[in-house]
Amino acid sequence: MEKPDLVVVGNGMAGARAVEEILERGGGRQFRISMFGDEPYGNYNRIMLSHVLAGDDAVHKNDLAEIYLNPLDWYADNDIALYAGVRVVRIDRFARKVFADDGTILSYDKLIIATGSRTFFPPTDGMWLDDRTLTPGVFGFRTLDDATAMLDYAAERRTAVVVGGGLLGLEAAYGLQQHGHDVHVVQSGPTLMNQQLDDEAGGILRTVVERMGITVHTGKRTAALRAHDGSVSAVVFADGTALDCDMVVVTAGIRPNVGLGVISGLTVERAIVTDDQMRSVDDADIYAVGECAQHRGEVYGLVAPLWEQATVLANHLTGADPKAAYHGSRIATKLKVAGVDVAAMGVKGPQRPDDEWVRFAEPKRGIYKSVVIRDGRLIGAMLLGDTKQVAFLTQSFDRGLPLPEERVELLFELAGPGEEQGAAEMDESVQVCNCNGVSKGELVACVRAGTHTVGGVMTATRAGKGCGACKGLVRDIVEWAVTEDGGEVGEDESASWYVPSIPMDKPTLIAAVREQNLRSVSQVFAALAPDGEDAASKMPLTSLLRVVWNGEFVHENDAKFINDRVHANIQRDGTFSVVPQIKGGVTTAEQLRRIADVADKYAVPMIKITGGQRIDLLGVRKEDLPGVWADLDMPSGYAYGKSFRTVKSCVGTDFCRYGLGDSTDLAVKIEQQYQGLESPAKLKLAVAGCPRNCSEALVKDVGVVAVDDDRWDVLVGGAAGASVRRGDVLATVDGHDEVVRLAGVFMQYYRENARWLERTYDFVPRVGLSELKAILVDDRDGVVTGLEERMQDAVDAYHDPWQDGRDPRGPGQFADNLPLIPLPQVPVRRAADGSLQSSAAGKIGARP
Amino acid sequence: MTTGEVTGHRVAAAADLPPGGSRAYAVGDMQVAVFRLRSGELRATDAVCPHAGGPLADGQTDPTKVVCPLHSYAFSLADGSCHNGDYAVRTYTVREEAGEIVVECG
Ligand code: SRM
Ligand SMILES: Cc1cc2nc3c(=O)[nH]c(=O)nc-3n(C[C@H](O)[C@H](O)[C@H](O)COP(=O)(O)OP(=O)(O)OC[C@H]3O[C@@H](n4cnc5c(N)ncnc54)[C@H](O)[C@@H]3O)c2cc1C
Ligand code: SF4
Ligand code: FES
Repeated sequence: MEKPDLVVVGNGMAGARAVEEILERGGGRQFRISMFGDEPYGNYNRIMLSHVLAGDDAVHKNDLAEIYLNPLDWYADNDIALYAGVRVVRIDRFARKVFADDGTILSYDKLIIATGSRTFFPPTDGMWLDDRTLTPGVFGFRTLDDATAMLDYAAERRTAVVVGGGLLGLEAAYGLQQHGHDVHVVQSGPTLMNQQLDDEAGGILRTVVERMGITVHTGKRTAALRAHDGSVSAVVFADGTALDCDMVVVTAGIRPNVGLGVISGLTVERAIVTDDQMRSVDDADIYAVGECAQHRGEVYGLVAPLWEQATVLANHLTGADPKAAYHGSRIATKLKVAGVDVAAMGVKGPQRPDDEWVRFAEPKRGIYKSVVIRDGRLIGAMLLGDTKQVAFLTQSFDRGLPLPEERVELLFELAGPGEEQGAAEMDESVQVCNCNGVSKGELVACVRAGTHTVGGVMTATRAGKGCGACKGLVRDIVEWAVTEDGGEVGEDESASWYVPSIPMDKPTLIAAVREQNLRSVSQVFAALAPDGEDAASKMPLTSLLRVVWNGEFVHENDAKFINDRVHANIQRDGTFSVVPQIKGGVTTAEQLRRIADVADKYAVPMIKITGGQRIDLLGVRKEDLPGVWADLDMPSGYAYGKSFRTVKSCVGTDFCRYGLGDSTDLAVKIEQQYQGLESPAKLKLAVAGCPRNCSEALVKDVGVVAVDDDRWDVLVGGAAGASVRRGDVLATVDGHDEVVRLAGVFMQYYRENARWLERTYDFVPRVGLSELKAILVDDRDGVVTGLEERMQDAVDAYHDPWQDGRDPRGPGQFADNLPLIPLPQVPVRRAADGSLQSSAAGKIGARP
Repeated sequence: MTTGEVTGHRVAAAADLPPGGSRAYAVGDMQVAVFRLRSGELRATDAVCPHAGGPLADGQTDPTKVVCPLHSYAFSLADGSCHNGDYAVRTYTVREEAGEIVVECG
């Protein structure tokens, strides 16, 4: 059967996010997806336009790569037909077709409208040349084209007037001011950012903004624009006064793009009216999401609510959760506007006689804070200049928590976090990378630990390495944190620290651990960490102790990540995956039979062939792990650790007519030798029997490729994960033994010198190939023998952790920590023939 | 922080939680994660991470926080606030009494 057609109109933040969420739920298999976007680009991060305008290095207008959330490749990769620069002009709901301005006509089964908003230009004499063309020098601030056109025009101009003193207006003013322009902000009411702020806060913000050199005019209604030589030359106010200028930016509000909804007969009030599933109330096959949607009377203008809407939409549309419902968002906004922190939630001031209103103002430092309390619950809060309390207030606001008797505590850190957490940290309440689960706090910690480049922080934390949607935000935060930190790029000594809590680089730390004979993570903290224990340092320290002491150290379960505690990979529902070792990808009928039996016995919801040439049993309950291992009677494949993983192989000389070397045998040998080795990040290897490279050895941490009769290229630093990099040839050597030896020397050097989580694809270029050759191949520094010896010690200390199952480390190692939830909750997959993979699968969900 | 009636519940023997140990226990229809810090002190929070349901008792701790194993949100062991997001968990008073761990919750 043909797949049903899903058509998306609007390729902005909400539309593209909805599609990402749909793909994430397998919607790519369910639907044939087409997207229309009026703008001639892939989806980009509109929030970043402020940075484009301000000319931040990161997003310079001549290099906008960073601003794209989904570059054009993304659409192709996901089989999405993208109509970029094409505008949909009509929907025929009865024929179920959309019509575009380039003549395209597409049928749909499901339609998503995500057309967002556009700049509102208040009717003003002199604003327009004709129906569609603004007077030269007049700009809106909504699209990438707006921002770049503004920059081009501004280059030769001096004075700009921004009409509208809200969020966008202040961002535009700040951006232009960064280019040395004389900037005036005109606000018709008395208060800047009056949507978020009360008059007093607005007044303080005004002082702050004026201190930056931006002139603010309040209470001025713009009546007309004057032009000279065809381009704008002055703004004329209702009171008859005028302000000369050579450009005007209009930020007097936005209007939802609802024309399509109106002409196709959907109910439109302020925007397209939807139900709790984000469907039009008139047509169950049409969804609306983002700024063009109106839900329970609300139209949102910030991204956080749009994300929630997109999730509900995707859950409902794909059937992942047919009961998914959106209940509206309680908006607690936290923004940085023109460099100033602003947070606001709920009501702005008291509304009833007995509402409590507690305020604090320190105009000189640009600080204002207020809270509104009704019946002991927080119903509103406003913070300007100092938003440290925002997390605590948001939590009280969202959950209606009881408040401290001393209301003033709400405004200061006394009531929020304990003092030991540090004020700056609490300030960091932005959700950042959803894919890899990186919080703003971690990014900041990484910066504090000395990584002062966006790329470095992304590599270390993995933020932005998933869907990439958060890259802009990550950049924002890193830049902010670096400035906040006061450190200059590259010159901070903590850049080299191995863990944030200990001021030592890795070789120094290793030496100290050896010298002081530190055998447990607690000992290391006690001896070397000035501020003691730190959760984020624990896992890297355990890893380091493993490398230094080869198993001769005191295991502390709390110093390990859950995966390392139970030797399996935690899944989204708290179950685990089990990947037994299958050396070189070579298995036997007997092993397969055992795997099959285990899968049946433990009702394993999915059995999958991995990308690493082995078999994954997914969805195993924690308490079943020891049983599963015992019944498998195969060693751990270490698919959960920062460790040596697999050696993939191709069939090689025994069977392949092109084979130059016995790749399967060599792969098995390497895996046998180095199985389970602890390392700073994953080590994935492969051996190919000829340069056709069927086992993808060119893109592995260590790849081995036969180039002649039993003659092998040994490549290092390759990758084909989130980063793709071809490995560099470290040396070309003869015979299996020499390959095994050289691979070991490289891996030991990497183990001793790489930063925590630094994959070889970063490590090799950092150290440099010629340097590595000099040290490891030519033995320039005379260290090779030592590396070989220490590697041999590590190899000798190999111990299959799955043997632990027979003898748990302390009570509760394998106790389920989610007692009331029926597990596994992951869906049961059927094989392509429709049969259930596991005969016992029907029992899933029942607790033993 | 807790609301309403508060009662002590015995959830386990003290030996269940050596220093550095953490477990989740059912208390009535609630799920509470109990942590024994390296110092020997006890802490208790909701067992389920408000972000996406992660098992907090499987997380990593230090004297001030627990880090969820799924996406590394960190929660204060003192008041449950999230160090790096707008989520929060409840925290509970927990103590050792006659060789047993007692959690106070409603
Ligand atoms: C099971 C498997 C997918 C599959 O079904 O095939 C898999 C599953 C996961 N991969 Fe992978 N990767 C798997 C092969 C790969 C490969 C292909 C390969 O090994 O040849 C790659 C690209 C090669 C590489 O890494 O250079 C790969 C690149 C990644 C990355 C990106 C690493 C990078 O730095 O670019 C991550 C993220 C990370 O490491 O932080 C990742 C992370 C993960 C994690 C562990 C995510 C997590 O932390 O939970 C996934 C665990 C799923 C689960 O719940 O069990 N996985 N992953 C594959 C297991 C292979 C095995 O037998 O060991
Ligand atoms: C400069 C700036 C700074 C901002 N800063 C923040 C911030 O700090 N925090 C925050 O939360 N929010 C911020 N926002 C708001 C945020 O960007 C919006 O809320 C968000 O982009 C709305 O997403 P959307 O998908 O609904 O609309 P959009 O992102 O506008 O996407 C709609 C897309 O649909 C296209 N389209 C419209 N009609 C059609 C049609 N008929 N056919 C085909 N395509 C069509 C449009 O061209 C557009 O590309 C900012 C906005 C701007 C402009
Ligand atoms: S981490 Fe790997 S297994 Fe998990 S979703 Fe991403 S690509 Fe798939
Ligand atoms: S589930 Fe806890 S951080 Fe995501």
